Amino acid sequence: MDQFVNFMVIMLGAATPLIFAAVGELVTEKSGVLNLGVEGMMLMGAVAAFATTLTTGSPVLGLIAAMAAGVMMSMIFGLLTLTLLANQVATGLALTIFGIGLSSFVGQDFVGKPVQAVAAVDLGPLTAIPVIGPIVFGQNPLVYLALAVVAGVAWFLYRTRAGLILRAVGESHHAAHAIGYPVIAIRYGAVAFGGAMAGLGGAYLSLAYTPMWVENMTAGRGWIALALVVFATWRPWRVVAGAWLFGGVTILQLHAQGAGIAVPSQLMNMLPYLATIVVLVVISRDATRIRMNAPASIGKVFHPER
Amino acid sequence: MSPTPRTDADRTESAPPTPRLALHGITKVFPGTIANQDVSLSLLPGEIHALLGENGAGKSTLVKIVYGLLQADAGEIRWEGAPTVIASPAEARRLGIGMVFQHFSLFDSLTVAENVALGTGDRTPMRQLEERIREVSTRYGLPLDPRRPVHALSVGERQRVEIVRCLLQDPRLLIMDEPTSVLTPQEAEQLFETLRRLREEGRTILYISHKLEEIRVLCDRATILRAGKVVDAVNPREKTARQLAQAMIGSDFATPARAAAAAVEAPRGDGLLEVERLNLASGTPFGTTLVDVSLSLHPGEILGIAGVAGNGQFELLSALSGETLVQDARSVRIAGAPAGHLDPRRRRELGLGFVPEERLGRGAVPDMSLAENALLSRGGGADDMVSRGLISFRKAHGLAERIISAYNVVAGNGARATAKSLSGGNLQKFIIGREIMRKPRILIAAHPTWGVDAGAAAAIHQALLDLRDQGTAVLIVSQDLDELFVLSDRIAVMSHGRLSESRPAHEATVEQIGLLMGGVFETSDAWEADAHAH
Repeated sequence: MDQFVNFMVIMLGAATPLIFAAVGELVTEKSGVLNLGVEGMMLMGAVAAFATTLTTGSPVLGLIAAMAAGVMMSMIFGLLTLTLLANQVATGLALTIFGIGLSSFVGQDFVGKPVQAVAAVDLGPLTAIPVIGPIVFGQNPLVYLALAVVAGVAWFLYRTRAGLILRAVGESHHAAHAIGYPVIAIRYGAVAFGGAMAGLGGAYLSLAYTPMWVENMTAGRGWIALALVVFATWRPWRVVAGAWLFGGVTILQLHAQGAGIAVPSQLMNMLPYLATIVVLVVISRDATRIRMNAPASIGKVFHPER
Repeated sequence: MSPTPRTDADRTESAPPTPRLALHGITKVFPGTIANQDVSLSLLPGEIHALLGENGAGKSTLVKIVYGLLQADAGEIRWEGAPTVIASPAEARRLGIGMVFQHFSLFDSLTVAENVALGTGDRTPMRQLEERIREVSTRYGLPLDPRRPVHALSVGERQRVEIVRCLLQDPRLLIMDEPTSVLTPQEAEQLFETLRRLREEGRTILYISHKLEEIRVLCDRATILRAGKVVDAVNPREKTARQLAQAMIGSDFATPARAAAAAVEAPRGDGLLEVERLNLASGTPFGTTLVDVSLSLHPGEILGIAGVAGNGQFELLSALSGETLVQDARSVRIAGAPAGHLDPRRRRELGLGFVPEERLGRGAVPDMSLAENALLSRGGGADDMVSRGLISFRKAHGLAERIISAYNVVAGNGARATAKSLSGGNLQKFIIGREIMRKPRILIAAHPTWGVDAGAAAAIHQALLDLRDQGTAVLIVSQDLDELFVLSDRIAVMSHGRLSESRPAHEATVEQIGLLMGGVFETSDAWEADAHAH
């Protein structure tokens, strides 16, 4: 039973950065913009959170700094693709490479330093309930925040007028423009939200999951988040399911390594990525569902004069 | 909202009415072209005013200026007497200007009510909005279910969504951009009823079209644009369609000459192209499934397939061209040979020529020159432009030049011009010429004159008729009934993925075809059943 609790706690933790990054990217993509710079934005969030927390001693300021760093990165992307009409794919790739380099540069003085981690909540008697307590009431606050963000995004996209407009812009920017919605401004907003969430995902890594700064510590999670959005067919709660799957396989393969199974660790480390993609591809084969939910204008440059 | 029925004081004779909208000297310049030059016109309350012109005459630009999508470079707009700047569509809607677009500005994956909510910018809760949609749509005879997703609607219903969306805002000026281009004749007649009712309420309608007959039936006044300038303002009821067309084009034009009505017997025996009980599931969520489609096409005839777009024409065409392979190879036969499993190239080798609906992208590669495009359409031996894998550009240019001169294609750089630099009409002439010069045994043309100006359309029609007279089997899919009646020897109608029996064009009436387009054929002898109903 202890093993199960342990498994659940670590699984939920491992899924959290993916949930943040993916749900942010989901909003960005729903507005019709494909930002492949998630990995770079996460790294900038991670280093900004770590540096700020270390110097000010306040993890809250660290989280704010992470969001600010993510937004800043996403605004570079927005300026290039939305205002200057650059190609989104190429710009996004460049943003990732830029983020990897810049975060290493900024973080070189922080490598190996300890930081006060964001602690898990302790609700006393609730947390003390066997099994359920530690799983439901004993998580890191960011784990709850991530799920709250997903709930908020689902509600926003499908229950509010602003969400309807955002989906409309992603569905057909020319039609949205023709009836008078500010396509570019709405997309800037969605891109900024994506940046902020990617920043938070990075902050979770450097302040809670492994409270330290290492170069390139996101280790490809930004890419997995991007894949999750597609395989979840742009539905917020499916993103959570995909992230939990990733987290689950991560833990299983760590246990397998611990148990001394004679498979090279490099192969075992691949497993979560592989399993997540395979499972999600299989469950999202339905082409009709993908086309119903996929934003039809995704990745297309919008030029209002035409 | 419930638009208060207007008692229209403006229409009494006592005082000259203030125009609802007056344009003075509107000029709009785009790099390379003057889209509107010194355009003036005034729209009165309670009139249906036609804006008439060819493609590229500047109609769309003018309308976009009125609706706030573009800003004029010079000139003045007066709204109900007061000088006004219309900075955005939202501003236009605030003033009381509504617009129904030619290419629908709807969002496929959203519901009717969601689309309306987006278009009106009003914040009524969804349930009340649905109620109001039902109310307005019943009042104006435009039945709609607010909860259905738009992709499940027919084209006519989509247009209703747009109209209802406008009407919910109680507009005083309603702009309609080519509203009937996608409707069956019966649907168009219903639309006219709605428009007349709106006119009775004192609303102004600016009606953009190049269909002359409907303008003569519907409109009170017509302003004719040519090359960005107003060339005439007339009462369309006092003009013939031919006079209007001449004013629009600026010169007379040749009507395609038809071979004297050689009584076309329903040809016997197997055709050159046979389709037999073709069933094909659509590959896309918004597509149409083909059900038991059969047709046969014989040398020296033109078979026209009528129908509102989206009723399976796209699927049928791609099954014929080979872009989609069909399950049973024998359900498509070319000259008796099962062709259902052959790719487009093999079918072309069997003598099939194909002119797709989409000129840029499927008919031609936009960024490549005409010579390269001509080269790409020639597989293997026939024209021998490739030897040992190397291209002879001299021969490719020669072919392109021959097409250009034979079909009067206006291309800035001749064979070196890129496909996308040509106007729609000229590119279409080039593509059709390219296919005809291959001397195909069968030519399939989809919407051959869609978006093409009248002069080029006449030339294309003539080319197709000539080809028919030389013994080629021609299949034409079009939404334009006038075109089908000019060209076809036999006409069949497509609706909901089914194809009606064909019948000689001179025996078919617009009403019959309209009913078939609306899907009224349960039995194979719907033509007769309908003829009795008359």
